[in-house]
Amino acid sequence: MFRFIVRRILQTIPVLFGVIVITFILMYMVPGDPVVSMVGERYDEETIHKLRKELHLDDSLPMQFVHYVSNVLRGDFGKSFITGGSVSEELLIKFPNTLMLAVASMIIAIITGLTMGIVSSLRPQSILDKITMLFALAGISAPVFWVGLMLVLFIGVFLQWLPPTGFGGIEYIILPAITLGLRSAAYLARLTRATMLDVLNQDYIRTARMKGLPEWKVILKHGFPNILIPIITVIGTDFGSYLSGAVLTESIFGWPGIGRYALEAILKRDFPVIQGTVLFMALMFILANLIVDIFYGIVDPRMRIEGKNG
Amino acid sequence: MVDSHMRRRTVFSKLIRDKSSLLGITIIAIIVFAGIFAPVIAPMSPYTQVLEFRNQKPGFTGEIILFRLKPELPIQTVAVTSISKKGETIQYQDQLNRVFEIEKNKLEGVKEKDWHKKYRYWLGTDNFGRDVLSRLLYGARISLLVGISASTLSLLIGIILGAVSGYYGGVLETLIMRLTDIMFGFPTLLFLIGITAAFEPTLTVVFFAIGFVSWPGMARLMRGQVASIKEREFIKVCEVLGLSKPRILLKHILPNCFAPMIVTYTLGIAGAIMVEASLSFLGLGAQPPTPSWGIMINAGKDFIRTSPWLSIIPGIAIASTVIGFNLMGDSLRDVLDPSMKK
Repeated sequence: MFRFIVRRILQTIPVLFGVIVITFILMYMVPGDPVVSMVGERYDEETIHKLRKELHLDDSLPMQFVHYVSNVLRGDFGKSFITGGSVSEELLIKFPNTLMLAVASMIIAIITGLTMGIVSSLRPQSILDKITMLFALAGISAPVFWVGLMLVLFIGVFLQWLPPTGFGGIEYIILPAITLGLRSAAYLARLTRATMLDVLNQDYIRTARMKGLPEWKVILKHGFPNILIPIITVIGTDFGSYLSGAVLTESIFGWPGIGRYALEAILKRDFPVIQGTVLFMALMFILANLIVDIFYGIVDPRMRIEGKNG
Repeated sequence: MVDSHMRRRTVFSKLIRDKSSLLGITIIAIIVFAGIFAPVIAPMSPYTQVLEFRNQKPGFTGEIILFRLKPELPIQTVAVTSISKKGETIQYQDQLNRVFEIEKNKLEGVKEKDWHKKYRYWLGTDNFGRDVLSRLLYGARISLLVGISASTLSLLIGIILGAVSGYYGGVLETLIMRLTDIMFGFPTLLFLIGITAAFEPTLTVVFFAIGFVSWPGMARLMRGQVASIKEREFIKVCEVLGLSKPRILLKHILPNCFAPMIVTYTLGIAGAIMVEASLSFLGLGAQPPTPSWGIMINAGKDFIRTSPWLSIIPGIAIASTVIGFNLMGDSLRDVLDPSMKK
């Protein structure tokens, strides 16, 4: 077990390295001189020279990369072109908000998704099943940003049940959490239904039924635990992408997390911030996937032998 | 495969008989039709602005004339309440009941129906007084174009990398699979945002970005498929017969991966359409005044309280298109390859 975890952690190292290389190249390819974008149009030669030296821009490309990697390893993600503030500090301030939203969304997604999936699987092809699955299909197919806007419009503006946008108490988190969680809820509902139908046809379920157990007990005690592995995988990877990909939701609801931070930086072309947030989000995503894989290894011993490329 | 023709026919008839796939096919057919024939069906150019008719409700009727003051200037429009012809000039009354005259040779086109139009704006107008229905129809072109071409690009990259690593194995496989892992390390939308931010956002950049970012899933799938088919007896026979490796791969292995490929491809189109809309919504895709559905929603969100249809309608278009391709993909999976059922 221990060896599996160590191996799995070691496997992420090349991935991390690759991610750092890609973010470095991406920003290196950006057209225009970063120093000019930093100081603006009115500049004098001396400041430019000083800044170029400070940022190691006159070094060779490999040397620039070495500087970049050593800064990243020390937790220094550079400074914003616009505010001059440290990107890592800014990320640490905003990350808890993103985390909070991610947790709230996941709770909503798990509760609604699993309930819908199990209810549907009990009576396949019934009206209830069809309605639920139609809802799930719509949830997968509707654009997140549009769902967010519609919630703002109908619940925030027309019905005025909840504040349309903003940040503060619990009433502010509900709409963005529904928006962000909807896709996972829909996906989980479909997955739960499909795996549950599979499981309910297995021999051990028939045995449990023949023992005379009540149906709810058969489903919750013998069915449910056996659908957990695929479901936890989805939850884990989705959670990873919530920690990193809430750009759309956060920008619609004005949620002060790292997604909105990234988007604002992009629109202002504040490249160190873009580079820093992309890297940070990728790290979060990889970390979440790592945890899922390790968890996988714990619950399913077969995974420990095969490794991860299934 | 002796009976491949027969099989294709059964697959098709199964798809037609299945209600949900029929719905999917119908939706796709409507969207494709709208996209191809947009210039014919659209009542107006998606770019024509009638500034007097800003943010008008669906069903609103308006009367306009089109003219060009000088040949080198763009076409202009003016909303009128009535017109009357007087020899070589026409008189029109504008929205404030002021009367103006304009010479006939400055009007756009020769026939009256070319320069004098009375429309019912079935889906209302946007904040520049453009016809939402026309923009919606032209928007289908952009969604389909980006969705299909980006998905095709990622299909090609995925097939090549996946097939090569699954068939040849060795160092090549390790390298490709490590690259796949790295690509999976990035959340897709974020990666795309990074790419489009680094370049000037245009439709071409969006197409290449989506294509180059979404292949890893296909590559992994293909690698698994190829690696398992490679071990089957008929491939061993080919090897014994002395067929060359590329020939075996192209002629005997790839055709047998068709089912999962087409399923992933169809679902990939749905994904690409969604991503294009998201990027356009964020201002990182095609730029205004392009009639992309994402751009329409983005522009409409500023008027969500007063003119909600501007953001509601294009969203329905995106959702139904994506539903169409998802239904189609799901049904293809059920019909072609029941083992892929998730």
